[in-house]
Amino acid sequence: MSVISTSELTTPGLGGGLRDLKQSSFLLKLLVRKELKVRYRGSVLGLLWSYVKPGVQFIVFYVALGIFLGLERSPKNPDGLANYAVYLFSGIVLINFFSEALGNAARSIVMNGNLIKKIYLPRELFPVASVWVSAVHFFPQLVVLVGGCVLAGWHPNPLQLLAAVAGFVIVALLATGLGLLFGSANVYFRDSENLVDMLLMIATWASPVMYAWSMVEQKLGTAAFAVYQANPITIGVELFHYAFWFPTTDGSAAMPPNLFSLWLPVGLVVAVVILLLGQYTFRRLEGRFAQEL
Amino acid sequence: MVTAIEVSDISKQFVLRHTRSLKEAVVWLAKGRKGDLSEKFHALKNVSVEIDAGETVALLGLNGSGKSTLLKHISGVMLPDTGTVKTRGRVAGLIEVGAGFHPDLSGRDNVFLNGAILGMTEQQINDKFDDIVEFSEIGQFIDTEVKFYSSGMYLRLAFSVAVHTDPEVFLIDEILAVGDEPFQRKCIDKIQELARDGKTLVVVSHDLDLVSRICDRGILMEHGNVKFDGPIHEAVSILRA
Ligand SMILES: Nc1ncnc2c1ncn2[C@@H]1O[C@H](COP(=O)(O)OP(=O)(O)OP(=O)(O)O)[C@@H](O)[C@H]1O
Ligand SMILES: [Mg+2]
Repeated sequence: MSVISTSELTTPGLGGGLRDLKQSSFLLKLLVRKELKVRYRGSVLGLLWSYVKPGVQFIVFYVALGIFLGLERSPKNPDGLANYAVYLFSGIVLINFFSEALGNAARSIVMNGNLIKKIYLPRELFPVASVWVSAVHFFPQLVVLVGGCVLAGWHPNPLQLLAAVAGFVIVALLATGLGLLFGSANVYFRDSENLVDMLLMIATWASPVMYAWSMVEQKLGTAAFAVYQANPITIGVELFHYAFWFPTTDGSAAMPPNLFSLWLPVGLVVAVVILLLGQYTFRRLEGRFAQEL
Repeated sequence: MVTAIEVSDISKQFVLRHTRSLKEAVVWLAKGRKGDLSEKFHALKNVSVEIDAGETVALLGLNGSGKSTLLKHISGVMLPDTGTVKTRGRVAGLIEVGAGFHPDLSGRDNVFLNGAILGMTEQQINDKFDDIVEFSEIGQFIDTEVKFYSSGMYLRLAFSVAVHTDPEVFLIDEILAVGDEPFQRKCIDKIQELARDGKTLVVVSHDLDLVSRICDRGILMEHGNVKFDGPIHEAVSILRA
């Protein structure tokens, strides 16, 4: 009884946004584990699928782009990129992480509608859990990437390793922000799922994953190139190139100018602004989730 | 007495016809917002209810009268259009059997997941796990995926988790119907034990004899309004009349 009389009257259903997740970290962990368990239930290869799928994707792109379209450097093609395979794969793993995180986060609220309709809990948990699940899937791909890098003579310095962390953080923040935004909008307009699919397709090509950034600069000119560069995914991919691909080359390749002094902070700021915007939209819309789902 | 739940003059409107596509909304905007995009009705209208800590209250009324909607406002799942809802202490709701259960996970995993969803910490669930399983009488099926459970077994496990979360306010919506006779009796005993311990109970049920036994106070809802609020026997006789 003493607990009852000392606690205050509070208004139920008003969450504190992402701040609530600290108290719910155990639930978040269980939701992530549930997602992983359910996803690979009844599949023979299980988590191995997260190696197989990017592996096949990588081979297809490498053959088509590196060999057929001539992006790989070879004696006959001296203008190509050295170690194109590593270049390509380091971008692909990051884009895969982003695509999976955003795609699932955008669907997470509707997918968990049955629960959200009946029990109050911090609903931010669902998009955030989706991003975590994608991070778990990202890990084996990272292992494969590092393996490939080592084979190609990788010798990174601490700054380059830091670049990888920064790139990952930028993309994870961006995916969380957009996931909150599209996840909540999806409750009202199911069109937003399709919009996300389209965005993801664009995202793959709007960053220097398959090609080199210098090709874009030549075609676009300075002003338009600055816009291209401000995309946090572009910055993330370039940071990954700097961390994984660059240390496998002879160091003669040019990295985008001001990557550390300008673009890294820009990427972080843009990602954080989008996260705040996503959080704001989510909180505006979540009051009506239970009745709309 | 301290107030456990304070519902002041809340109203809630729902739309009758939903617009789900962006296209329809854009067309509506383009036509200069002519007509209503959606038709509305009041599911709750100027409802005020005050419940003291330790009271046992039955929400009664015909189908569609707004009982579940009121419970959802108390649990925080829904927010009122106007008016305020306030609660004291932890509120746990059994709004529906097995809400938050995942069919592909085992009973054990679901106990943890559901316990955490209802606000328990890892430590609390570990401490109470054996009690939860014992109360549910699920026994060896605890490691079976719950999609293979019968609906009664589902209820047993869900109810068992919910009563072990030890909330100050306990909301129960229409869940006692699926259990078999012995388990129903066990649930009722447990609910009465909670009431004796000073927990606040709000129960929705169409089983009038049952709620007369459990609850002291009855709130009769009709078309989103409170029609009667007083001793349970009077509420039941008005509803039966
Ligand atoms: N999310 C929603 N959107 C639109 N209408 C809703 C929604 N939820 C409930 N309603 C409507 O509100 C009214 C009250 O519903 P509610 O579920 O509260 O009834 P109830 O008293 O619990 O009935 P029952 O005894 O059948 O469980 C019903 O007419 C129902 O159709
Ligand atoms: Mg109901």
